[in-house]
Amino acid sequence: MAKTRTDAPLLDVRNLSVQFTTRAGTVTVLDDISFTLERGERISFVGESGCGKSMTALALMGLLPAMGRVSGGQILFKGEDLTQASAARLRRLRGNEVSMIFQEPMTSLNPVFTIGQQIVEVLRLHRGIDNASARRRALELLEAVRIPNASARIDDYPHQLSGGQRQRVMIAIALACEPEILIADEPTTALDVTVQAEIFALLRDLGTKLDTAIILITHDMGAVAQMSERMLVMYAGRRVEEGRVADVVGAPAHPYTRGLIACVPHITSNVAAITEQLPEIDGIVPPITRFGRDECLFAPRCIRVADGCLAAKPQQVEMAGHDAHSVACWHPFASEGAKG
Amino acid sequence: MSAQLALDVRNLSVSFPMRGRDADGRRRRLLAVDDVSFSVARGKTLGIVGESGSGKTTAAMAVARLVPKMAGSIIIDGTDFGALDTEALRRARQRVQIIFQDPYSSLNPRLRAADIVREPLIYAGATSRTEQDRIIDELFEAVGLRPEQKALFPHQFSGGQRQRIGIARALSTRPSLIICDEPVSALDVAVQAQILNLLKSLQAQFGLTYLFISHDLGVVQHMCDDIAVMYMGQFMEYANRESFFAAPRHPYSEALLDAVPTIEVGAQATGGKLVDGAIPDLTKPQTGCRFASRCPHVAAGCEDSVPLLDVWPGTSDHQLACYRAAEFAAS
Amino acid sequence: MASAERSTPRVTEELVATAQHPAREMLTMFVGNRAAMVASIILMAIVLAAIFGPMLHPVDPFEMVWAPFTPPGQDGFVLGTDYLGRDMLAALLNGGRVSLTIGLVAALMSVFIGISFGALAGFYRGVVEEILMRITEFFQVLPTLLFSMVIVALFGASLEVVTIAIGIVSWTAVARITRAEFLRIRELEYVTASRAAGASNITLITRVILPNALPPIIVQAALMVGSAILFEAGLAFLGLSDPNVVSWGQIIGSNRPYILDASFTVTIPGLAIFVTVLSISLIGDGLNDALNPKLRAR
Repeated sequence: MAKTRTDAPLLDVRNLSVQFTTRAGTVTVLDDISFTLERGERISFVGESGCGKSMTALALMGLLPAMGRVSGGQILFKGEDLTQASAARLRRLRGNEVSMIFQEPMTSLNPVFTIGQQIVEVLRLHRGIDNASARRRALELLEAVRIPNASARIDDYPHQLSGGQRQRVMIAIALACEPEILIADEPTTALDVTVQAEIFALLRDLGTKLDTAIILITHDMGAVAQMSERMLVMYAGRRVEEGRVADVVGAPAHPYTRGLIACVPHITSNVAAITEQLPEIDGIVPPITRFGRDECLFAPRCIRVADGCLAAKPQQVEMAGHDAHSVACWHPFASEGAKG
Repeated sequence: MSAQLALDVRNLSVSFPMRGRDADGRRRRLLAVDDVSFSVARGKTLGIVGESGSGKTTAAMAVARLVPKMAGSIIIDGTDFGALDTEALRRARQRVQIIFQDPYSSLNPRLRAADIVREPLIYAGATSRTEQDRIIDELFEAVGLRPEQKALFPHQFSGGQRQRIGIARALSTRPSLIICDEPVSALDVAVQAQILNLLKSLQAQFGLTYLFISHDLGVVQHMCDDIAVMYMGQFMEYANRESFFAAPRHPYSEALLDAVPTIEVGAQATGGKLVDGAIPDLTKPQTGCRFASRCPHVAAGCEDSVPLLDVWPGTSDHQLACYRAAEFAAS
Repeated sequence: MASAERSTPRVTEELVATAQHPAREMLTMFVGNRAAMVASIILMAIVLAAIFGPMLHPVDPFEMVWAPFTPPGQDGFVLGTDYLGRDMLAALLNGGRVSLTIGLVAALMSVFIGISFGALAGFYRGVVEEILMRITEFFQVLPTLLFSMVIVALFGASLEVVTIAIGIVSWTAVARITRAEFLRIRELEYVTASRAAGASNITLITRVILPNALPPIIVQAALMVGSAILFEAGLAFLGLSDPNVVSWGQIIGSNRPYILDASFTVTIPGLAIFVTVLSISLIGDGLNDALNPKLRAR
């Protein structure tokens, strides 16, 4: 990585907290999240559903649900604090400098317009270019996302495309304005595995070519290893582990990270090595009403739980021997520990 | 030998009527499953893997006789399940039970958990209310639910717990065969492991036979004794687990395996360099290998006739349907 | 990581402790809707008045008892007298009985026909659906008022015929809703599970799918009681209802020529209809919210 790191990072999220006001009272859904993102860098947010991965992305986009608000911290995008930005500024930002693709490519596209019209619309909205050149650009984009025979498919409606092709169109729309950050929220969950591999390859290539930073939200450690340089493991609205993918996957320090990696059956050519039972993480993510307490929220599910775990919230500490690998745990695995 | 088989399916074909007619004026039909044969020994698991549209779920539903088959025989525990007529079929249905993908739509929201598990027992008859209660208690314990949860309604459970109720329901009549239709793909990662472990331990405890439908090769490898790879209505490869994962021989199996992202950093999934070809139209008779349009090893002859499953030389039961496997295996 | 054998998770146990029966949740939701609660109380009062009123105020609504057009409150007549000197209060109470009965019976009839058509069409699909839905469409496009007038003209203006006429012209909405729900629910996996467990078609229709299809049908049925009352009022106003019984519509219809001289003879039964139908609508709305699981989840 020959990145110039002299300036401030592209995105610098500092101690971001988000609260929801519900009938049951105020709950903290994001609790003190910090991370940075360099230009062209790829980072993954990992965790189970309900851990705040998507909420972090929505906060970056200024798209929190009505009951939610940023209750603390800053989101510095090229030095500008997005938590203080006006609605109009955020509207200009979205789709232009920061854009997003979602899990379900069918419902993200408008069924009554052709895919060409939908790309042209975005270009005209954000770039203010005329119809003819927007259409030329749309065609280029469809070719860039490797839609076969793009000049014929540009006038197709979304239902005429396969799931994988629809996701490619979504990527084309997301990249239409050459954003500096692309957020991909479980972009391949609804797709077949061969299509997933193609979409990942496409995202990597385009990210490199356009120097777009990519935030991948996923629960699949394989996807993380394929797509990202750094990763951030989230649990119950908190960051529990962060570091370079090689470090975290190679020597996970937090019991949750370790459990997430181990509980998935990974393919091996040595069938004899397969154990009868998979290592489990007990239980499920707590309800959001328990988020934000001054204790380790993972403790009830943790195999290393000890007396002090519920006494206070663990702080993020650097792991020895690794660069920028930190963990929030009272009893982390040592970093020289081999793979779980 | 055949007495040991819980399920023996021969030459199963399933087609669905489509809108419109073909050139000969016949109603167009989509051949979703085309002449597929497989068997599962008692207490074992057969996995059928494939991508969406491969026909794997349709084949399983045809085995359960929930979609009509066009041709083929289905023998379950020695009886010809495929030939039963309406009323006899209704009574025999308890022999085959299903664990569904979606834990939210697979439980009747108006029934209490205990009554969901009770339902198959009622239809099967032959058990008194007290016997049913005893079976329900036993199953609740076996799947890891607490007795006081019997009175709760589905929406009061988490996804994993709901799947446990679905598993208890599938076990209630002690079926000869349980079809697991993507049983964990709708669940959260950590919960997937819990359910897979439960399925394994129940199999050991009760000697269950599974027909396991999945798109996830990792899960299939973990769960299944035999593996069939399905593409566009036919098996491409059919082998036992050791043989298959030691050396998958069909280009499609290879592509599938290559596409699975591994946790080894930097080793990037390629998708087996699949060709971006047109997918065959299953409403028309196939004239060649279905996979030819996307196969990186395609050669002259592949599209002239349909390759049939054949035992790979030097193995006892590793079957594959490919003209070119021998050639590129040598190279 | 040797905890694999433990199968009952700890965290989940706390989650279910506070869960309630769905019917109770529904009730909480309904009671929380103030408009629906007020409407329920008003409707209850109207129903009680219709049931017990004629016993507590035993005056024949057809008998001339005093001078015509006695204004309300005068000479001991709480609601006055009509153009033939008949007691308006007696007419209103007796008419309420008839109007409410017609509304209820006609709505029940529509629901029965509608569910039968919709359920069979939605469950069996194919030819059965084609035939049943064509019949439904036929009834849907009939001009309802004209059609019921024809029925009444043919079979005589008795209470039964009027009720049947109203029922026949208003079941199509129920049939369409029921069919749509059946089409949706029959594809859900729990229906497949019941089928795989050996449920017969009758069981699937009546015990598995129908209970889950009921919420929108109940809402529609509630609204239909209101519209049946209005419909009867319309027929009675045109003089096409049973002349031997009093109904709210009939009171309005017979006093129509004197609307300028004694407006109370028309406005009082008019208000009764308005309040009743409005209450029923509000209750229907409340039911809709209470039965809608999406809103309940909030």
